[in-house]
This record gives sequence, structure tokens and C-alpha cells, in this order.
Amino acid sequence: MKKAAKPAASAAGMAWPKTVHALFKRENIRQVAIVPDAGHSQLIRLIEADKSMRLVRLTTEEEGVALLAGAWLGGERGVLLMQSSGVGNCINMLSLPLAANFPLLMLVTMRGDHGEFNAAQIPMGNNTQRVLEAIDVVVRRADRDHEVAETVSGALRLTFNTFRPAAVLIGQQVMGAKDFRKLTKDDDHE
Amino acid sequence: MSKLLKRRAAVKQLLADRGDMLVVAGLGAPAWDITSIGDHPNNFPLWGAMGGAVMIGLGIALAQPKRRVMVITGDGEMLMGLGSLATVAVQQPKNLAIVVLDNERYGETGQQLTHTGMGTDLAAVARATGIERSSLVRTGEQLRAVCMDLAKVKGTQFVQLKVDPEKLPIVLPPREASYIKNRFRISVLGEAALHA
Repeated sequence: MKKAAKPAASAAGMAWPKTVHALFKRENIRQVAIVPDAGHSQLIRLIEADKSMRLVRLTTEEEGVALLAGAWLGGERGVLLMQSSGVGNCINMLSLPLAANFPLLMLVTMRGDHGEFNAAQIPMGNNTQRVLEAIDVVVRRADRDHEVAETVSGALRLTFNTFRPAAVLIGQQVMGAKDFRKLTKDDDHE
Repeated sequence: MSKLLKRRAAVKQLLADRGDMLVVAGLGAPAWDITSIGDHPNNFPLWGAMGGAVMIGLGIALAQPKRRVMVITGDGEMLMGLGSLATVAVQQPKNLAIVVLDNERYGETGQQLTHTGMGTDLAAVARATGIERSSLVRTGEQLRAVCMDLAKVKGTQFVQLKVDPEKLPIVLPPREASYIKNRFRISVLGEAALHA
């Protein structure tokens, strides 16, 4: 039987990180706040290597919501990268951009989604969109590699033109689900 | 009579020579305190976002590296965002001061004790995250020294002021958050802020 592609290998073959990085440059994104996710690792490497953007490592995702409100107050644009579990950490802090009409783009890589292995990811992952929409964040979703850049492009324009928080959910199908049993046998995973 | 510093007199001293400094105030008493000195377009007083004051200050400081930024917040608000001190320490902006008015109480909700009255040493936490210029201020003399330092020395600075847990009249800043935001942005960026 043909060996299934490893998650890291399939993630490495994604086209969207490069296109989305170029979009960030075009839209003059200067602060990129992150709590890392494997699905964001290529994009994070591109941002680290880009002198025109500052990567801000957070200890928890809600810090990024507040940071980017500050960035906007000071005249800079930013985006926040996280995985779906982090959305739960952001909810009350979203009152800041929601009450004051700050632009905010969150790029959320999904866990607890297509083919999930880890039960702990399901409660937040299965409700990420609902929770965000319940607090009035605009949510868009991409489930194929080729859909991601266009979805991000639309959400970027929406948030910075209409001054409200928006999230793009990148489906787990795009990255491939992590299988911990396989990871225990592989030495070269990320 | 308490020998503890009075918070509004301390804030008045901290803002006496503010120049074009940008000020973020945590929700509750710190927002009333900065407003008691006088409402100002370069103030961003918070009505919520508890635990976020330092991060808002960091975002401004990174975007406006030539201007001084001061976050004035309370011990309860700071305790909710301790991780943000580590995030600031990694960035080490040269223009950010964090001042915690520490009355060891949740003043807005009935004066319940916070961790700082029960052993948590915020200045030590800040230092341990990597903010080396971190001090605990208890006296007027120490406060004067810190004010001089804030005006002269470049680098991230953390100051914990032990203050009297007195109940003071509330001095409300403007209430509408979009207004406060736009007023601040126009003050910092000029009319261009409206066309960004």
C-alpha cells in the first residue's frame, strides 16, 4: 500500500503561505502577532525573514487583539495568527475592537476539524465559527489551498475598509491532520 | 494617617512634562486618575479590555518609535495580563513605560484584596521576564527619581507604585470608544488618520 503523506510534508507543499505573505506586503501589514501553529509555520518563517514586518510573539492570543488595537492607534496595520483553540482565549478582548470599530484580521488555522486525532481540540474547534459569530466577528472560511489567498484578500479589505474584526478560518483539510501515532514513529516531523 | 503615596498626585507628577507622550490607562481608577488631571487627545482611557493595557501600549510604541508611550494601570488589570510583560520584554521598545498604581485592591468592585497584597511582587515579575529597569516606588523621593529617569533614559521601564487604597470621586473620560480612538489617531497622525 502506498504510504500516506506525512502532515509536515503535505503542509510544506501548500501554496497559500507565500501568496498570503505577498498580500500582507501589498496591504502594508507591519505588525504580525502570533501564537504559533504548525499550519502557520511556513508563513511565520516568511515573516521572520521580512524586514518590513515585525513578528510579535505572544504568550496568549488575546494579547494580539490588544496589540493590534495599539498598532492601529499608532498608525500601523497588523494581523493576528493563531490556531482555533486560541479563539477561545480572545473572546472578551474582542470587545475592544468591536466596541471601538478597530480593524482586526485573525488568521485561524483549524484544529478539531477534518480528521482530528486529539479529542481536546474538538470543543473549541467544532465551535470556532459559532463562537466568533456569536460575538459579531465576520467569519470567512477556506477549505482548499487555492481558496486561502483569495479569502484572506477579501477579509483584509473588509476589515480595513469597514473597521471591524474579521477572521479567516483555514480548514484542517488544507494542512492535513496531525496523527500523533504516526508522529511517535517519525523522526523528521515538525 | 497613611504614608502611602496618593494616586492622583502621583499621576499628576508622572504627566507633568508629558510633551507629546501618548498615554494608555487601564479600566477603572487609572482611567479616572488620568482624566482627573485633564482630558487629553493623546490619552486612551480604557472602558474594558481588562489585561490588555500593556499590549495596547506596546502596539502604539512599536508603531510610533519616536514618541514616548506610558501605560498607567492598576494591579488587578496588570495581574490579568502578566504574560504581556514577557511579550514586551522580548520586544524591548525604547519608548515604553509601564506604571502600575498598586493599591492591592480591586477598587471598582468593593475593595477586594488582590495578589499584590498577598505576596506577589510585580516589579520582580517584570524584572524576571527581562524588563531590567523595573522598580518598586513607595516614597515621594523615589517617585521624583523615577520621573526624572522616565524623561531622560531610553528603554522599556516598569514602575510599581504602592498607593493608598483611598476611595476617590470618579472623573469620567469620554464614554464612546470610537470617539476616543479617532481623537487619538487624528492627534497622532493628523487628518490622514481619517483616510487610512
